[in-house]
Amino acid sequence: MDRGRTLKLATIGTAAGIFSGLFGVGGGSVIVPLLVLWLGYGPREATGTSLAAIVFIAAFAAGTQGAYGNVHVLDAVLIGVPAVGGVLIGTWLQQRMPTRSISLLFAVVLVASAVELLVR
Amino acid sequence: MIAAIAIGVCAGIVAGLLGVGGGVLFVPGLVIFLGLGQHQAEATSLLAIVPVAIVGTVKQDDYGNVRRGDAIVMGLLSIVGAAAGVALANALSGTVLRVGFALLMVLVAVQLVRKAMSEPRDSSPPCPPHEGASRRNRPNAVDNA
Repeated sequence: MDRGRTLKLATIGTAAGIFSGLFGVGGGSVIVPLLVLWLGYGPREATGTSLAAIVFIAAFAAGTQGAYGNVHVLDAVLIGVPAVGGVLIGTWLQQRMPTRSISLLFAVVLVASAVELLVR
Repeated sequence: MIAAIAIGVCAGIVAGLLGVGGGVLFVPGLVIFLGLGQHQAEATSLLAIVPVAIVGTVKQDDYGNVRRGDAIVMGLLSIVGAAAGVALANALSGTVLRVGFALLMVLVAVQLVRKAMSEPRDSSPPCPPHEGASRRNRPNAVDNA
């Protein structure tokens, strides 16, 4: 692996880590576009590789948050276990259908949730 | 509680489709339906992401979509950033974090819409399942807008 490539990966990892720790997300919304734009990944490879990197990133960030005493393990199980079923459906769907309409639907859900968070 | 389970399933589907951890839905779900504060919701979301990302990775690896070396380099080198992000989150107030998170959601939404709009409608035709293993060589049909 050449140096420039490693440097790009390190930059993506660090940026995703900061995002992940700051906002409690995996960092995929940083990783996927950067893999496509900087490293020429195809969309499916970018999402697959992003998920693999997120395993490490979320584990590190969750461990650090655990030290602050902020992690509610039972709530994580309640929301995380159904999500494991969801991710099986999502990856299956991704191999078989155009993602355009799903992306648009997801965008609507995001904006609605953002509004809900802001007006609380 | 049923709403929390439903949002969990949705977050998982989104994670599989978009290659994210699902946190962008976990966090509002935990705040809105389970009544957690922003800090607790973010921390709890991170833990919930781990099994989702593991299962998603295994499935994507079956389809030949995971570049393992790159993922490990990014993952291991994220540790400093992750620790810094967590420290920063805990230094900020819940309100600041919540507003920041809402802005993040809108940004992701804009990014998604732009990407979807720049994609030709037929860029990702449904493929018969038996072609799954050869997907690695599929030409990249989405332009990098």
